[in-house]
Amino acid sequence: MNSTELDLPRQPVLDERKQAKKRRFNPRTRGDYFWGYLMIAPTVLGLLVFSIWPVFQTLYFSFTSWGSFGNYEWTGTDNYKAMFADPMFWMALRNTFIYTCVTIPCAIALSIVAAVLLNQKIRGVTLYRTLYFLPVVTMPSAVAMVWKWLYNADYGLINYLLGAIGIKGPSWLTDPDIALYSMVIVAVWAAIGNNMVIFLSGLQGIPVSYYEAAAIDGAGSFKNFIFITLPLLTPTIFFVTIISLIGAFQVFDLVFMMIGPNSIVIEQTQSVVFLFYKNAFMLNNKGYAAAIAMVLFVIILLVTIVQMKLQKKWVHYS
Amino acid sequence: MNAKTARSAQKLVVHAVLIIGAMFMVGPFIWMLLTSVKTFGESTLVPPVIFPAKFQWHNYKDVTAVLPFVHFYWNTVISSVAKTLGQLLLCSLAAYSFARIEFPGRNVIFIIVLSVLMVPSQIHILPQYMIMKSLGWLNSLQALIVPGLFSAFGTFLLRQFFMTLPKELEEAAKLDGCNHFQIYYRIMLPMVVPGLIALSIITMLWAWNDLLWPLVVNNSPEKMPLSVGLASLQGQNLTNYPVIMAGAVLAIWPMLLLFLLLQRYFVEGITLTGTKG
Repeated sequence: MNSTELDLPRQPVLDERKQAKKRRFNPRTRGDYFWGYLMIAPTVLGLLVFSIWPVFQTLYFSFTSWGSFGNYEWTGTDNYKAMFADPMFWMALRNTFIYTCVTIPCAIALSIVAAVLLNQKIRGVTLYRTLYFLPVVTMPSAVAMVWKWLYNADYGLINYLLGAIGIKGPSWLTDPDIALYSMVIVAVWAAIGNNMVIFLSGLQGIPVSYYEAAAIDGAGSFKNFIFITLPLLTPTIFFVTIISLIGAFQVFDLVFMMIGPNSIVIEQTQSVVFLFYKNAFMLNNKGYAAAIAMVLFVIILLVTIVQMKLQKKWVHYS
Repeated sequence: MNAKTARSAQKLVVHAVLIIGAMFMVGPFIWMLLTSVKTFGESTLVPPVIFPAKFQWHNYKDVTAVLPFVHFYWNTVISSVAKTLGQLLLCSLAAYSFARIEFPGRNVIFIIVLSVLMVPSQIHILPQYMIMKSLGWLNSLQALIVPGLFSAFGTFLLRQFFMTLPKELEEAAKLDGCNHFQIYYRIMLPMVVPGLIALSIITMLWAWNDLLWPLVVNNSPEKMPLSVGLASLQGQNLTNYPVIMAGAVLAIWPMLLLFLLLQRYFVEGITLTGTKG
Protein backbone atom coordinates (compact mmCIF):
# COMPACT_ATOMS: atom_id res chain seq x y z
CA MET A 1 0.00 0.00 0.00
CA ASN A 2 2.87 2.28 0.72
CA SER A 3 4.95 1.32 -2.29
CA THR A 4 4.32 4.58 -4.16
CA GLU A 5 5.67 6.53 -1.29
CA LEU A 6 8.75 4.39 -0.96
CA ASP A 7 9.48 4.22 -4.68
CA LEU A 8 9.13 7.92 -5.26
CA PRO A 9 12.75 9.01 -4.77
CA ARG A 10 14.00 6.57 -7.37
CA GLN A 11 11.62 7.76 -10.03
CA PRO A 12 12.42 10.61 -12.40
CA VAL A 13 10.69 13.84 -11.49
CA LEU A 14 7.10 13.70 -12.66
CA ASP A 15 5.47 16.68 -14.26
CA GLU A 16 2.69 18.25 -12.28
CA ARG A 17 -0.20 16.82 -14.17
CA LYS A 18 1.02 13.32 -13.84
CA GLN A 19 1.63 13.88 -10.19
CA ALA A 20 -1.91 15.15 -9.72
CA LYS A 21 -3.26 12.15 -11.54
CA LYS A 22 -1.15 9.90 -9.47
CA ARG A 23 -2.43 11.51 -6.30
CA ARG A 24 -6.02 11.09 -7.36
CA PHE A 25 -5.59 7.39 -7.71
CA ASN A 26 -3.39 6.98 -4.72
CA PRO A 27 -5.49 4.90 -2.37
CA ARG A 28 -3.92 6.59 0.59
CA THR A 29 -5.00 10.03 -0.52
CA ARG A 30 -8.49 8.73 -1.15
CA GLY A 31 -8.41 7.32 2.35
CA ASP A 32 -7.34 10.71 3.60
CA TYR A 33 -10.33 12.39 1.96
CA PHE A 34 -12.68 9.81 3.36
CA TRP A 35 -11.44 10.19 6.94
CA GLY A 36 -11.11 13.95 6.55
CA TYR A 37 -14.74 14.43 5.60
CA LEU A 38 -16.06 11.79 7.95
CA MET A 39 -14.36 13.29 10.98
CA ILE A 40 -15.55 16.83 10.39
CA ALA A 41 -19.03 15.73 9.33
CA PRO A 42 -20.84 15.73 12.68
CA THR A 43 -19.56 19.13 13.78
CA VAL A 44 -19.92 20.76 10.38
CA LEU A 45 -23.44 19.41 9.81
CA GLY A 46 -24.46 20.32 13.36
CA LEU A 47 -23.15 23.83 12.95
CA LEU A 48 -24.92 24.16 9.61
CA VAL A 49 -28.24 23.19 11.16
CA PHE A 50 -27.95 24.94 14.52
CA SER A 51 -25.69 27.92 13.85
CA ILE A 52 -25.17 28.84 10.22
CA TRP A 53 -28.55 28.30 8.64
CA PRO A 54 -30.23 30.03 11.63
CA VAL A 55 -28.39 33.24 10.79
CA PHE A 56 -30.18 33.36 7.45
CA GLN A 57 -33.44 32.30 9.06
CA THR A 58 -33.21 35.08 11.61
CA LEU A 59 -32.40 37.51 8.84
CA TYR A 60 -35.50 36.33 6.99
CA PHE A 61 -37.68 36.46 10.12
CA SER A 62 -36.60 40.04 10.67
CA PHE A 63 -38.65 40.92 7.59
CA THR A 64 -41.78 39.13 8.80
CA SER A 65 -44.64 39.65 11.19
CA TRP A 66 -45.91 36.82 13.40
CA GLY A 67 -49.41 35.72 14.27
CA SER A 68 -50.37 33.90 17.44
CA PHE A 69 -50.22 30.39 15.92
CA GLY A 70 -46.65 30.52 14.68
CA ASN A 71 -47.74 31.75 11.25
CA TYR A 72 -45.81 34.63 9.76
CA GLU A 73 -45.96 36.86 6.73
CA TRP A 74 -43.51 39.03 4.83
CA THR A 75 -43.73 42.65 5.89
CA GLY A 76 -40.58 44.04 4.34
CA THR A 77 -38.61 46.50 6.41
CA ASP A 78 -41.49 47.27 8.76
CA ASN A 79 -39.73 45.75 11.78
CA TYR A 80 -36.64 47.85 11.23
CA LYS A 81 -38.71 50.99 10.71
CA ALA A 82 -40.65 50.27 13.87
CA MET A 83 -37.45 49.56 15.74
CA PHE A 84 -35.73 52.78 14.79
CA ALA A 85 -38.87 54.69 15.77
CA ASP A 86 -39.19 52.82 19.07
CA PRO A 87 -37.90 54.76 22.10
CA MET A 88 -37.64 51.44 23.99
CA PHE A 89 -35.12 50.20 21.49
CA TRP A 90 -32.98 53.31 21.76
CA MET A 91 -33.24 53.12 25.51
CA ALA A 92 -32.08 49.50 25.47
CA LEU A 93 -29.20 50.45 23.20
CA ARG A 94 -28.26 53.32 25.49
CA ASN A 95 -28.41 51.06 28.56
CA THR A 96 -26.25 48.45 26.89
CA PHE A 97 -23.69 51.03 25.82
CA ILE A 98 -23.46 52.64 29.26
CA TYR A 99 -23.26 49.23 30.91
CA THR A 100 -20.48 48.17 28.54
CA CYS A 101 -18.50 51.39 28.63
CA VAL A 102 -18.49 51.63 32.42
CA THR A 103 -18.09 47.96 33.25
CA ILE A 104 -15.16 47.13 31.00
CA PRO A 105 -12.69 49.88 31.98
CA CYS A 106 -13.47 49.45 35.68
CA ALA A 107 -13.14 45.68 35.51
CA ILE A 108 -9.90 45.87 33.53
CA ALA A 109 -8.33 48.50 35.78
CA LEU A 110 -9.20 46.64 38.98
CA SER A 111 -8.11 43.29 37.62
CA ILE A 112 -4.76 44.69 36.47
CA VAL A 113 -4.20 46.04 39.98
CA ALA A 114 -5.16 42.67 41.44
CA ALA A 115 -2.92 40.82 38.99
CA VAL A 116 0.09 43.06 39.63
CA LEU A 117 -0.33 42.75 43.40
CA LEU A 118 -0.77 39.00 43.17
CA ASN A 119 2.19 38.56 40.86
CA GLN A 120 4.55 39.19 43.77
CA LYS A 121 6.05 36.82 46.26
CA ILE A 122 3.86 37.56 49.24
CA ARG A 123 2.25 35.41 51.83
CA GLY A 124 -1.14 33.93 51.00
CA VAL A 125 -0.94 34.71 47.31
CA THR A 126 -2.65 31.46 46.32
CA LEU A 127 -5.47 32.01 48.76
CA TYR A 128 -6.07 35.54 47.46
CA ARG A 129 -6.15 34.29 43.87
CA THR A 130 -8.64 31.58 44.78
CA LEU A 131 -10.92 34.00 46.59
CA TYR A 132 -10.84 36.55 43.77
CA PHE A 133 -11.70 33.84 41.28
CA LEU A 134 -14.78 32.49 43.09
CA PRO A 135 -17.34 34.73 41.31
CA VAL A 136 -16.17 33.40 37.95
CA VAL A 137 -17.44 29.91 38.70
CA THR A 138 -20.68 31.07 40.29
CA MET A 139 -23.92 30.81 38.39
CA PRO A 140 -24.91 34.34 37.25
CA SER A 141 -28.53 33.83 38.24
CA ALA A 142 -27.43 32.98 41.79
CA VAL A 143 -25.06 35.94 41.79
CA ALA A 144 -27.93 38.20 40.77
CA MET A 145 -30.11 36.92 43.60
CA VAL A 146 -27.46 37.44 46.24
CA TRP A 147 -26.76 40.97 45.10
CA LYS A 148 -30.45 41.70 44.95
CA TRP A 149 -30.56 40.81 48.62
CA LEU A 150 -27.45 42.84 49.42
CA TYR A 151 -28.95 45.81 47.57
CA ASN A 152 -32.32 45.51 49.34
CA ALA A 153 -33.29 49.06 50.32
CA ASP A 154 -34.80 48.14 53.70
CA TYR A 155 -32.87 45.14 54.98
CA GLY A 156 -29.88 45.00 52.66
CA LEU A 157 -26.38 44.74 54.07
CA ILE A 158 -24.95 47.41 51.79
CA ASN A 159 -27.22 50.20 52.88
CA TYR A 160 -26.77 49.20 56.49
CA LEU A 161 -22.98 49.43 56.15
CA LEU A 162 -23.29 52.76 54.34
CA GLY A 163 -25.59 53.97 57.09
CA ALA A 164 -23.03 52.96 59.69
CA ILE A 165 -20.55 55.41 58.20
CA GLY A 166 -23.20 58.10 57.84
CA ILE A 167 -24.20 57.70 54.20
CA LYS A 168 -27.81 57.28 53.28
CA GLY A 169 -27.79 54.48 50.73
CA PRO A 170 -29.90 54.82 47.59
CA SER A 171 -32.65 52.51 46.39
CA TRP A 172 -30.18 50.50 44.38
CA LEU A 173 -32.62 48.53 42.28
CA THR A 174 -35.61 50.85 42.03
CA ASP A 175 -34.05 54.25 41.44
CA PRO A 176 -34.07 54.76 37.65
CA ASP A 177 -30.85 56.77 37.76
CA ILE A 178 -28.99 54.19 39.85
CA ALA A 179 -30.24 50.72 38.90
CA LEU A 180 -28.10 50.44 35.77
CA TYR A 181 -24.97 51.23 37.78
CA SER A 182 -25.97 48.72 40.42
CA MET A 183 -25.77 46.16 37.63
CA VAL A 184 -22.38 47.54 36.60
CA ILE A 185 -21.00 46.97 40.11
CA VAL A 186 -22.08 43.33 40.06
CA ALA A 187 -20.69 42.85 36.56
CA VAL A 188 -17.33 44.28 37.61
CA TRP A 189 -17.32 42.07 40.70
CA ALA A 190 -18.02 39.02 38.54
CA ALA A 191 -15.39 39.88 35.92
CA ILE A 192 -12.37 40.72 38.08
CA GLY A 193 -11.27 37.13 38.73
CA ASN A 194 -11.70 36.16 35.10
CA ASN A 195 -9.60 39.06 33.80
CA MET A 196 -7.10 38.73 36.63
CA VAL A 197 -5.94 35.25 35.68
CA ILE A 198 -5.48 36.33 32.07
CA PHE A 199 -3.46 39.35 33.16
CA LEU A 200 -1.42 37.18 35.50
CA SER A 201 -0.38 34.98 32.61
CA GLY A 202 0.34 38.12 30.60
CA LEU A 203 2.54 39.44 33.41
CA GLN A 204 4.41 36.18 33.63
CA GLY A 205 5.25 36.55 29.95
CA ILE A 206 7.16 39.80 30.54
CA PRO A 207 10.89 39.01 30.65
CA VAL A 208 12.54 39.73 34.00
CA SER A 209 15.48 41.32 32.17
CA TYR A 210 13.40 44.45 31.50
CA TYR A 211 12.96 45.00 35.21
CA GLU A 212 16.60 44.24 35.93
CA ALA A 213 17.66 46.86 33.41
CA ALA A 214 15.25 49.33 34.98
CA ALA A 215 16.60 48.54 38.44
CA ILE A 216 20.09 49.51 37.27
CA ASP A 217 18.64 52.81 36.12
CA GLY A 218 17.12 53.17 39.58
CA ALA A 219 13.48 53.12 38.51
CA GLY A 220 10.88 52.65 41.29
CA SER A 221 8.05 50.17 41.20
CA PHE A 222 5.49 52.76 40.07
CA LYS A 223 7.72 53.84 37.20
CA ASN A 224 8.24 50.19 36.33
CA PHE A 225 4.51 49.71 36.16
CA ILE A 226 3.90 52.70 33.87
CA PHE A 227 6.87 52.27 31.54
CA ILE A 228 7.39 48.53 31.42
CA THR A 229 4.44 46.55 32.72
CA LEU A 230 1.62 48.51 31.15
CA PRO A 231 3.03 48.81 27.61
CA LEU A 232 4.03 45.15 27.54
CA LEU A 233 0.63 44.17 28.85
CA THR A 234 -1.25 45.95 26.04
CA PRO A 235 -1.69 42.82 23.90
CA THR A 236 -3.36 41.16 26.89
CA ILE A 237 -5.46 44.25 27.57
CA PHE A 238 -6.54 44.19 23.95
CA PHE A 239 -7.50 40.53 24.15
CA VAL A 240 -9.47 41.06 27.36
CA THR A 241 -11.19 44.12 25.90
CA ILE A 242 -12.40 42.28 22.82
CA ILE A 243 -13.67 39.32 24.83
CA SER A 244 -15.34 41.57 27.40
CA LEU A 245 -16.99 43.75 24.76
CA ILE A 246 -18.63 40.78 23.12
CA GLY A 247 -19.78 39.48 26.49
CA ALA A 248 -21.05 42.84 27.78
CA PHE A 249 -23.11 43.55 24.69
CA GLN A 250 -24.96 40.30 25.33
CA VAL A 251 -25.80 40.96 28.98
CA PHE A 252 -29.06 39.29 29.93
CA ASP A 253 -28.90 37.27 33.16
CA LEU A 254 -28.36 40.28 35.40
CA VAL A 255 -31.28 42.22 33.94
CA PHE A 256 -33.60 39.26 34.03
CA MET A 257 -32.70 38.04 37.51
CA MET A 258 -31.74 41.16 39.44
CA ILE A 259 -34.14 43.69 37.95
CA GLY A 260 -36.80 41.44 36.43
CA PRO A 261 -39.45 41.95 33.74
CA ASN A 262 -41.94 43.53 36.14
CA SER A 263 -39.65 46.06 37.77
CA ILE A 264 -40.52 49.75 37.61
CA VAL A 265 -37.03 50.51 36.32
CA ILE A 266 -36.94 47.84 33.63
CA GLU A 267 -37.01 50.48 30.88
CA GLN A 268 -33.98 52.21 32.35
CA THR A 269 -32.06 48.96 32.70
CA GLN A 270 -33.12 46.55 29.99
CA SER A 271 -30.39 45.49 27.63
CA VAL A 272 -30.69 44.75 23.93
CA VAL A 273 -30.72 41.00 24.56
CA PHE A 274 -33.37 41.39 27.22
CA LEU A 275 -35.50 43.35 24.75
CA PHE A 276 -34.93 40.56 22.26
CA TYR A 277 -36.03 37.94 24.77
CA LYS A 278 -39.08 39.96 25.80
CA ASN A 279 -40.25 40.41 22.22
CA ALA A 280 -39.50 36.87 21.12
CA PHE A 281 -40.82 34.88 24.05
CA MET A 282 -43.02 37.11 26.21
CA LEU A 283 -44.78 39.28 23.61
CA ASN A 284 -44.59 36.93 20.63
CA ASN A 285 -43.20 39.68 18.37
CA LYS A 286 -40.77 37.19 16.89
CA GLY A 287 -40.19 39.17 13.70
CA TYR A 288 -39.36 42.28 15.67
CA ALA A 289 -37.11 40.24 17.98
CA ALA A 290 -35.27 38.87 14.95
CA ALA A 291 -34.63 42.43 13.76
CA ILE A 292 -33.23 43.31 17.20
CA ALA A 293 -30.94 40.27 17.05
CA MET A 294 -29.68 41.28 13.62
CA VAL A 295 -28.90 44.80 14.79
CA LEU A 296 -27.05 43.40 17.80
CA PHE A 297 -25.02 41.21 15.47
CA VAL A 298 -24.08 44.17 13.29
CA ILE A 299 -23.15 46.30 16.31
CA ILE A 300 -20.90 43.61 17.78
CA LEU A 301 -19.28 43.10 14.39
CA LEU A 302 -18.66 46.84 13.93
CA VAL A 303 -17.29 47.33 17.43
CA THR A 304 -14.94 44.38 16.98
CA ILE A 305 -13.72 45.71 13.63
CA VAL A 306 -13.15 49.17 15.09
CA GLN A 307 -11.17 47.64 17.96
CA MET A 308 -9.09 45.63 15.52
CA LYS A 309 -8.31 48.79 13.55
CA LEU A 310 -7.58 50.86 16.64
CA GLN A 311 -5.22 48.29 18.12
CA LYS A 312 -2.34 49.47 15.93
CA LYS A 313 -2.46 52.77 17.77
CA TRP A 314 -2.01 51.44 21.27
CA VAL A 315 -1.05 47.78 21.34
CA HIS A 316 2.67 47.00 21.51
CA TYR A 317 3.78 43.70 20.09
CA SER A 318 7.36 43.06 20.99
CA MET B 1 17.53 49.22 58.00
CA ASN B 2 15.44 52.08 56.62
CA ALA B 3 14.96 50.35 53.32
CA LYS B 4 13.85 47.26 55.17
CA THR B 5 11.21 49.16 57.15
CA ALA B 6 10.00 50.81 53.97
CA ARG B 7 9.70 47.45 52.33
CA SER B 8 7.71 45.87 55.14
CA ALA B 9 5.49 48.96 55.26
CA GLN B 10 4.87 48.53 51.57
CA LYS B 11 4.02 44.88 52.10
CA LEU B 12 1.58 45.86 54.81
CA VAL B 13 -0.19 48.26 52.43
CA VAL B 14 -0.33 45.57 49.75
CA HIS B 15 -1.91 43.13 52.19
CA ALA B 16 -4.39 45.75 53.36
CA VAL B 17 -5.48 46.40 49.78
CA LEU B 18 -5.71 42.69 49.03
CA ILE B 19 -7.74 41.98 52.15
CA ILE B 20 -10.21 44.75 51.37
CA GLY B 21 -10.43 43.33 47.86
CA ALA B 22 -10.97 39.83 49.20
CA MET B 23 -13.76 41.06 51.48
CA PHE B 24 -15.47 42.66 48.50
CA MET B 25 -15.11 39.46 46.48
CA VAL B 26 -16.09 36.96 49.17
CA GLY B 27 -18.50 39.04 51.23
CA PRO B 28 -21.53 38.24 49.06
CA PHE B 29 -20.84 34.51 49.41
CA ILE B 30 -20.56 34.70 53.18
CA TRP B 31 -23.69 36.79 53.45
CA MET B 32 -25.54 34.31 51.25
CA LEU B 33 -24.49 31.42 53.50
CA LEU B 34 -25.35 33.26 56.70
CA THR B 35 -28.71 34.43 55.41
CA SER B 36 -29.58 30.92 54.27
CA VAL B 37 -29.58 29.66 57.86
CA LYS B 38 -31.52 32.51 59.46
CA THR B 39 -35.20 32.76 60.23
CA PHE B 40 -37.18 35.14 58.08
CA GLY B 41 -37.45 37.46 61.09
CA GLU B 42 -33.71 37.46 61.69
CA SER B 43 -33.03 38.27 58.07
CA THR B 44 -35.05 41.46 58.27
CA LEU B 45 -33.59 42.81 61.50
CA VAL B 46 -32.05 46.28 61.44
CA PRO B 47 -29.22 46.40 62.42
CA PRO B 48 -28.66 42.97 60.88
CA VAL B 49 -27.46 40.09 63.02
CA ILE B 50 -24.44 38.34 61.62
CA PHE B 51 -25.11 34.89 63.05
CA PRO B 52 -28.55 33.41 63.59
CA ALA B 53 -29.55 32.46 67.14
CA LYS B 54 -29.99 28.95 65.85
CA PHE B 55 -28.89 27.62 62.49
CA GLN B 56 -32.06 27.09 60.49
CA TRP B 57 -30.93 24.22 58.30
CA HIS B 58 -34.55 23.45 57.50
CA ASN B 59 -34.48 26.37 55.04
CA TYR B 60 -32.72 23.98 52.69
CA LYS B 61 -35.45 21.42 53.16
CA ASP B 62 -38.08 24.12 52.70
CA VAL B 63 -36.69 25.26 49.38
CA THR B 64 -36.63 21.72 48.06
CA ALA B 65 -40.24 21.40 49.15
CA VAL B 66 -41.21 24.50 47.17
CA LEU B 67 -39.39 23.42 44.02
CA PRO B 68 -38.19 20.03 42.70
CA PHE B 69 -34.47 20.55 43.24
CA VAL B 70 -33.78 16.88 42.63
CA HIS B 71 -35.04 17.34 39.09
CA PHE B 72 -33.03 20.55 38.74
CA TYR B 73 -29.84 18.78 39.75
CA TRP B 74 -30.54 15.85 37.48
CA ASN B 75 -31.26 18.09 34.48
CA THR B 76 -28.24 20.29 35.07
CA VAL B 77 -25.80 17.48 35.72
CA ILE B 78 -26.96 15.29 32.85
CA SER B 79 -27.12 18.10 30.32
CA SER B 80 -23.77 19.63 31.33
CA VAL B 81 -21.96 16.30 31.32
CA ALA B 82 -23.55 15.16 28.07
CA LYS B 83 -22.75 18.44 26.37
CA THR B 84 -19.17 18.30 27.60
CA LEU B 85 -18.56 14.70 26.55
CA GLY B 86 -20.27 15.28 23.22
CA GLN B 87 -18.20 18.35 22.47
CA LEU B 88 -15.00 16.60 23.49
CA LEU B 89 -15.67 13.83 21.00
CA LEU B 90 -17.08 15.82 18.09
CA CYS B 91 -14.75 18.81 18.39
CA SER B 92 -11.63 16.68 18.72
CA LEU B 93 -12.60 14.61 15.66
CA ALA B 94 -13.17 17.73 13.58
CA ALA B 95 -10.13 19.47 15.00
CA TYR B 96 -7.88 16.53 14.19
CA SER B 97 -9.20 16.44 10.66
CA PHE B 98 -8.77 20.19 10.11
CA ALA B 99 -5.29 20.14 11.58
CA ARG B 100 -3.80 16.91 10.23
CA ILE B 101 -5.60 15.72 7.08
CA GLU B 102 -5.48 17.36 3.69
CA PHE B 103 -8.68 17.18 1.73
CA PRO B 104 -10.26 19.38 -0.92
CA GLY B 105 -12.13 22.37 0.49
CA ARG B 106 -10.56 22.06 3.91
CA ASN B 107 -9.65 25.71 4.27
CA VAL B 108 -12.97 27.00 2.98
CA ILE B 109 -14.91 24.75 5.34
CA PHE B 110 -12.70 25.75 8.23
CA ILE B 111 -13.28 29.44 7.55
CA ILE B 112 -17.03 28.81 7.47
CA VAL B 113 -16.74 27.08 10.84
CA LEU B 114 -14.72 29.98 12.20
CA SER B 115 -17.28 32.49 10.98
CA VAL B 116 -19.70 31.00 13.50
CA LEU B 117 -17.52 32.50 16.23
CA MET B 118 -18.40 35.99 15.00
CA VAL B 119 -22.11 35.54 15.52
CA PRO B 120 -23.67 36.28 18.91
CA SER B 121 -25.68 33.32 20.14
CA GLN B 122 -28.94 35.29 20.29
CA ILE B 123 -29.06 35.11 16.51
CA HIS B 124 -29.50 31.35 16.73
CA ILE B 125 -32.07 31.23 19.47
CA LEU B 126 -35.27 31.79 17.50
CA PRO B 127 -34.55 29.25 14.75
CA GLN B 128 -33.16 26.76 17.28
CA TYR B 129 -36.30 27.18 19.36
CA MET B 130 -38.40 26.42 16.29
CA ILE B 131 -36.36 23.33 15.50
CA MET B 132 -36.90 22.11 19.07
CA LYS B 133 -40.59 22.87 18.82
CA SER B 134 -41.05 21.06 15.53
CA LEU B 135 -39.20 18.02 16.88
CA GLY B 136 -41.43 18.07 19.95
CA TRP B 137 -38.37 18.56 22.12
CA LEU B 138 -39.54 21.51 24.20
CA ASN B 139 -39.25 20.59 27.88
CA SER B 140 -36.82 17.77 27.29
CA LEU B 141 -33.22 16.99 28.10
CA GLN B 142 -32.42 16.80 24.40
CA ALA B 143 -33.34 20.47 24.05
CA LEU B 144 -30.68 21.35 26.62
CA ILE B 145 -28.07 19.07 25.11
CA VAL B 146 -28.31 18.65 21.35
CA PRO B 147 -27.89 22.22 20.05
CA GLY B 148 -24.84 22.58 22.31
CA LEU B 149 -22.99 19.55 21.01
CA PHE B 150 -21.48 21.33 18.03
CA SER B 151 -18.92 23.95 18.84
CA ALA B 152 -16.90 26.08 16.46
CA PHE B 153 -15.03 27.40 19.45
CA GLY B 154 -14.07 23.94 20.72
CA THR B 155 -13.02 22.84 17.25
CA PHE B 156 -10.83 25.91 16.88
CA LEU B 157 -9.30 25.49 20.33
CA LEU B 158 -8.42 21.82 19.85
CA ARG B 159 -7.15 22.39 16.33
CA GLN B 160 -4.52 24.69 17.82
CA PHE B 161 -3.34 21.78 19.96
CA PHE B 162 -3.31 19.25 17.14
CA MET B 163 -1.35 21.68 14.95
CA THR B 164 1.60 21.69 17.32
CA LEU B 165 2.25 17.94 17.15
CA PRO B 166 5.18 16.79 15.00
CA LYS B 167 4.47 15.27 11.60
CA GLU B 168 6.79 12.32 12.16
CA LEU B 169 4.28 10.82 14.57
CA GLU B 170 1.64 10.18 11.96
CA GLU B 171 4.17 9.27 9.28
CA ALA B 172 5.41 6.46 11.48
CA ALA B 173 1.89 5.36 12.31
CA LYS B 174 0.90 5.38 8.65
CA LEU B 175 3.84 3.15 7.80
CA ASP B 176 2.52 0.79 10.43
CA GLY B 177 -0.76 0.76 8.53
CA CYS B 178 -2.84 2.87 10.88
CA ASN B 179 -5.76 4.73 9.38
CA HIS B 180 -6.60 8.27 10.43
CA PHE B 181 -9.08 7.28 13.05
CA GLN B 182 -6.49 5.04 14.67
CA ILE B 183 -3.88 7.78 14.54
CA TYR B 184 -6.35 10.19 16.07
CA TYR B 185 -7.51 7.84 18.75
CA ARG B 186 -4.33 6.03 19.74
CA ILE B 187 -1.58 8.55 19.12
CA MET B 188 -2.79 12.13 18.86
CA LEU B 189 -5.65 12.29 21.35
CA PRO B 190 -3.48 11.39 24.35
CA MET B 191 -1.13 14.19 23.35
CA VAL B 192 -3.73 16.94 23.41
CA VAL B 193 -5.08 16.14 26.87
CA PRO B 194 -4.36 19.67 28.18
CA GLY B 195 -6.60 21.03 25.41
CA LEU B 196 -9.30 18.49 26.20
CA ILE B 197 -9.21 19.45 29.86
CA ALA B 198 -9.47 23.16 29.05
CA LEU B 199 -12.41 22.54 26.74
CA SER B 200 -14.21 20.34 29.28
CA ILE B 201 -13.83 22.89 32.05
CA ILE B 202 -15.09 25.74 29.92
CA THR B 203 -17.98 23.78 28.41
CA MET B 204 -19.00 22.47 31.81
CA LEU B 205 -18.96 25.97 33.27
CA TRP B 206 -20.98 27.45 30.42
CA ALA B 207 -23.47 24.62 30.43
CA TRP B 208 -23.94 24.65 34.20
CA ASN B 209 -24.49 28.40 34.38
CA ASP B 210 -26.41 29.07 31.17
CA LEU B 211 -29.74 30.77 31.64
CA LEU B 212 -31.17 32.20 28.41
CA TRP B 213 -31.41 29.04 26.29
CA PRO B 214 -32.91 26.75 28.97
CA LEU B 215 -35.28 29.54 29.93
CA VAL B 216 -36.55 29.56 26.36
CA VAL B 217 -36.95 25.81 25.85
CA ASN B 218 -37.67 24.24 29.22
CA ASN B 219 -40.27 25.86 31.42
CA SER B 220 -41.84 22.90 33.15
CA PRO B 221 -40.29 22.44 36.62
CA GLU B 222 -39.47 18.78 36.00
CA LYS B 223 -37.28 19.69 33.03
CA MET B 224 -35.64 22.88 34.26
CA PRO B 225 -31.96 23.14 35.07
CA LEU B 226 -30.85 24.87 38.27
CA SER B 227 -30.43 28.29 36.66
CA VAL B 228 -34.02 28.42 35.48
CA GLY B 229 -35.15 26.88 38.76
CA LEU B 230 -33.65 29.84 40.59
CA ALA B 231 -35.50 32.20 38.30
CA SER B 232 -38.79 30.53 39.08
CA LEU B 233 -37.95 30.48 42.78
CA GLN B 234 -37.59 34.20 42.68
CA GLY B 235 -40.96 34.49 41.02
CA GLN B 236 -42.66 32.40 43.71
CA ASN B 237 -41.03 33.60 46.85
CA LEU B 238 -40.31 37.25 46.57
CA THR B 239 -39.57 38.12 50.18
CA ASN B 240 -38.39 35.07 52.04
CA TYR B 241 -34.71 35.68 51.49
CA PRO B 242 -33.35 32.94 53.76
CA VAL B 243 -35.14 30.34 51.64
CA ILE B 244 -34.09 32.04 48.41
CA MET B 245 -30.47 32.12 49.56
CA ALA B 246 -30.67 28.43 50.46
CA GLY B 247 -31.75 27.80 46.87
CA ALA B 248 -28.85 29.87 45.55
CA VAL B 249 -26.37 27.93 47.71
CA LEU B 250 -27.80 24.67 46.42
CA ALA B 251 -27.31 25.86 42.86
CA ILE B 252 -23.71 26.99 43.15
CA TRP B 253 -21.94 24.61 45.51
CA PRO B 254 -21.15 21.83 43.01
CA MET B 255 -19.30 24.19 40.65
CA LEU B 256 -17.49 25.86 43.55
CA LEU B 257 -16.40 22.48 44.86
CA LEU B 258 -15.26 21.39 41.42
CA PHE B 259 -13.28 24.60 41.15
CA LEU B 260 -11.60 24.13 44.52
CA LEU B 261 -10.59 20.60 43.55
CA LEU B 262 -9.42 21.43 40.03
CA GLN B 263 -8.28 24.99 40.50
CA ARG B 264 -5.25 24.81 38.27
CA TYR B 265 -7.28 23.49 35.35
CA PHE B 266 -9.95 26.16 35.72
CA VAL B 267 -7.34 28.89 35.65
CA GLU B 268 -5.61 27.32 32.65
CA GLY B 269 -8.92 26.92 30.87
CA ILE B 270 -9.88 30.55 31.38
CA THR B 271 -6.40 31.76 30.45
CA LEU B 272 -6.46 29.76 27.23
CA THR B 273 -9.91 30.74 26.14
CA GLY B 274 -10.36 34.16 27.64
CA THR B 275 -13.77 33.93 29.11
CA LYS B 276 -16.61 32.16 30.72
CA GLY B 277 -19.14 33.41 28.22
